[in-house]
Amino acid sequence: MSSSRPWLPHISLPTLIGIVLLAIHLIMAIGAPWLAPYPPNTIDTNNAFQAPSSQHVFGTDRYGRDILARVIYGGQVALVISLASAVLSVLLGGLIGVIVAYVGGIVDEITMRVIDAVISIPGILLLLVIVTGLGTGTPVIILAMVLSYMPGVIRVIRATVQEYVPRDFIVAARLRGERVSDIVWVELLPNILDVLCVEFAMRASWIVLSVSGLSFLGFGVNPPTPDWGLMVNENRAVLVLSPWGTIFPMIAVATLVVSLNVVSDEIAKVFGIDRGVRR
Amino acid sequence: MNTPLLSVDNLTIGFPNTTSTVTPVVRDVSVHIAPGMRIGVVGESGCGKSTLAYALLGMIRGAGVRVHGTVTYAGAQLFDMPPAQLQHIRGAEIALVPQNAGQSLAPHRTVYAQIAEVLEIHQQLQGDAAWQRVVQLLADMRLRNPARIARRYPHQLSGGQQQRVALAMALAGQPKVLVLDEPTTGLDVTTQAQLLALLHALTNDTDMAMVLVSHDLGVIAQTCQQVMVMYAGEVVEMGDTADVFQQPHHPYTRGLIAAMPQLTATRLPYAMPGQMRRSATDQQCAFLDRCAFAQSVCATTAPTLEFVAHTRAVRCHHWQTVATHDDVDSTATPLLDRAPVGEGTPLLAVRQVSATYHQPDWRWWVRTPPQLVVAQVDITLTPGHTCAVVGESGSGKSTLARVITGLHQPAAGNVYLDETVLPATVTQRSQDARRRIQLIFQNPDLSLNPRHTVAELLYRPQAVFFGRTRAQALPHTISMLQQMRLDEQYLNRVPQQLSGGEKQRVAIARAFLADPDVVVCDEVVSALDVSVQASLLQLLVDIQRQRGTAYLFIAHDLAVVRAVAHTAIVLFAGHVCEQGATAEVFAVPHHPYTMQLLSAVLTVPRRTVQPQVNLPADDTTLTHGGCPFRQRCPIAIPHLCADVVPPWQQVAGSHTFRCHHPPDVLASLRDQFALPTT
Repeated sequence: MSSSRPWLPHISLPTLIGIVLLAIHLIMAIGAPWLAPYPPNTIDTNNAFQAPSSQHVFGTDRYGRDILARVIYGGQVALVISLASAVLSVLLGGLIGVIVAYVGGIVDEITMRVIDAVISIPGILLLLVIVTGLGTGTPVIILAMVLSYMPGVIRVIRATVQEYVPRDFIVAARLRGERVSDIVWVELLPNILDVLCVEFAMRASWIVLSVSGLSFLGFGVNPPTPDWGLMVNENRAVLVLSPWGTIFPMIAVATLVVSLNVVSDEIAKVFGIDRGVRR
Repeated sequence: MNTPLLSVDNLTIGFPNTTSTVTPVVRDVSVHIAPGMRIGVVGESGCGKSTLAYALLGMIRGAGVRVHGTVTYAGAQLFDMPPAQLQHIRGAEIALVPQNAGQSLAPHRTVYAQIAEVLEIHQQLQGDAAWQRVVQLLADMRLRNPARIARRYPHQLSGGQQQRVALAMALAGQPKVLVLDEPTTGLDVTTQAQLLALLHALTNDTDMAMVLVSHDLGVIAQTCQQVMVMYAGEVVEMGDTADVFQQPHHPYTRGLIAAMPQLTATRLPYAMPGQMRRSATDQQCAFLDRCAFAQSVCATTAPTLEFVAHTRAVRCHHWQTVATHDDVDSTATPLLDRAPVGEGTPLLAVRQVSATYHQPDWRWWVRTPPQLVVAQVDITLTPGHTCAVVGESGSGKSTLARVITGLHQPAAGNVYLDETVLPATVTQRSQDARRRIQLIFQNPDLSLNPRHTVAELLYRPQAVFFGRTRAQALPHTISMLQQMRLDEQYLNRVPQQLSGGEKQRVAIARAFLADPDVVVCDEVVSALDVSVQASLLQLLVDIQRQRGTAYLFIAHDLAVVRAVAHTAIVLFAGHVCEQGATAEVFAVPHHPYTMQLLSAVLTVPRRTVQPQVNLPADDTTLTHGGCPFRQRCPIAIPHLCADVVPPWQQVAGSHTFRCHHPPDVLASLRDQFALPTT
């Protein structure tokens, strides 16, 4: 077994494709103002329902808006919402998971039963309830995502920490009289960092799907904000006449989800985590 | 010599490593196993003995492994065999009892289901016939109530029972060769003694050959006629067990024997210098840098395995010198010098401490009585003094350590430091009290944070107890590492990059960086190889001399206790049976349990009198009242021992024990045990 690049972990072709796709998505979202050929919301009814051409690479929608521009800007919305939600879910979920596992007893029991209750509600239903109650808009979507994905993070982190709490090195820290915050920060965190990373990448990919789903149902960001789910919904009526408005945002969602999944798998592999079925 | 049944010829097994070279784990090993032969393979961890054992079943584990040489069974080469045929040979012709039976039995299937599977595959037995045979096999293993055991799941059995089930499973196919990998490691001495007696009985008058792999010379001495000593993948010495252990020809064999703690020894076990290196080359002897007999020829020419008698071979240039040299351990510290460093006021005292555990029960409305694990124990430690607590697993010795360190709140009694009562839990104790009592754990893999470097591991206690910054702590860390015979190179390593002995040294260093007065050592050497164990014992004794630290030494190995402890307390099921100066208690034991424990200690060369141990049919349940040991006692008095708590009797000075029998009855029991005398 001689590897020409021993400093890199062996990367398979699918993984490489996933990483490249994710990179493209990030570049497009960050560089949208420079990369998009038109502003995303400029209405040009003279050029509605155009097929892809050199003028409009992905064609135009019913208002004559450039679909490529809207797909590129839509990436900003998808990434901002999903990354913000994933970061918040993992940070809050991680914190609660660690506390619950370390403190144990009645605190653990109550928290976990609440989480069981939340998890027992079907995901999309929970999201709809929250959005119906609080209205639409980016902060509400993020809140809804955090509330529905954090319980899963809490479970996983709790289980991981529970494995370490009885270990002798934690007992040794307690014998030294270390503060709980030091035990968590110095002794536990380095051991669960890998799981946190994987949780982040995995939750992010699911959140992308959920955000698009919500928008598709009309509960996401408000029009005319360019958003993939919203675009699919707006253009599905003319699916036969002009499939461009539906297909390209769908491809965007699919590639982002797949790339995030592949990358999270790779992180898990690098850290050597056995990723079973988790919720 | 009979025609060999199983032959290994010039076997070399190499594993690829990170620098894309191949590290040989087994080097040019040849061995011929005849029917009825019992051969032991002994060596330290990493010497290739387990790899060799698995190769005997045609099994090579891992990817990219290079194999040269052959393993031949009844004329057929195992490595060339198609998998189906190999599958038939495994189990039916050659069977393996893997290390740690508890983990190798399938947890979701009953004992019957697992053994019956072997019977179905190899003997086409099913239904009633299979059941009868399974029960018969379990009965042969001297398991009482075999039908009940057969219906149980592995987790419902004790360690010794699991090991017997694994043995029964291996024997189910009526193999001609039985391979055992560390069959008694992790078992109590008494359980070990029983299992070895069983093995002896099973193989004594049959044609079944046995290959027993162990790091424990005592186990081999007890069971095998032939022994093969391995070092760095090579056979360094082989021959009749009695000859090899009586008069070792190789310096490594000598070192191993001297490193083994013995009850009758007058010195600390001898610590072989250095550690095993895998990078053996053809140009020099693999043992070169640890050898006291090495000369210039050893660095330029690798010795070959030389037959010095019919069945005796040795791989050394100077075996004649080695064979006739006497007293290898003359450099080791004599035990007699080891009077306590300090005297006077008790430093740490445990007075009338009892501890209980609550058994969790799903029936929350039922009040289950707490289980008593430590009953009214008294211990006094003076500076520079080592007190050992000995007993089997479940005797409450670890709970005692948890009580002293404040991890477990005692049900009754107190722990005193400098004659003032310590608060029961660690959080209530003062920072200074926490600093003065340090605990060293049994398993450094669990007690060292796997993500911390050695520098960080050793910085933590200094930050907590002395408020040092990392820069201030570094010189202290380095000087402590040097005391542990480690150096600065280790600072940036993580535990995974250290050997077992090195990890335990780091754990010891961490305890001593707190500058403690009392160190509680919970089985600190029991997971280590004898040579590593010897060097750690030497280290602990040296530090004690320099600093006058008091040790509470918790151990199940009586020979180790004999080597390091000034006083000993023998615990059975949480009760003190006997206590006093180690030399006296071990020389003239008065309690029947102490006698059993002492008789179960394995020696090299083996003792002629077999150990006698009775174990109860099922797990020992501690019944209240009377003598806790009565169910296992060979001389229990039917009603008296069950009803009346035995009184303390004094032998001499501090040597006391608890028994109803007068000393002359106990003396005659002691004669029956034929214990070794100093």
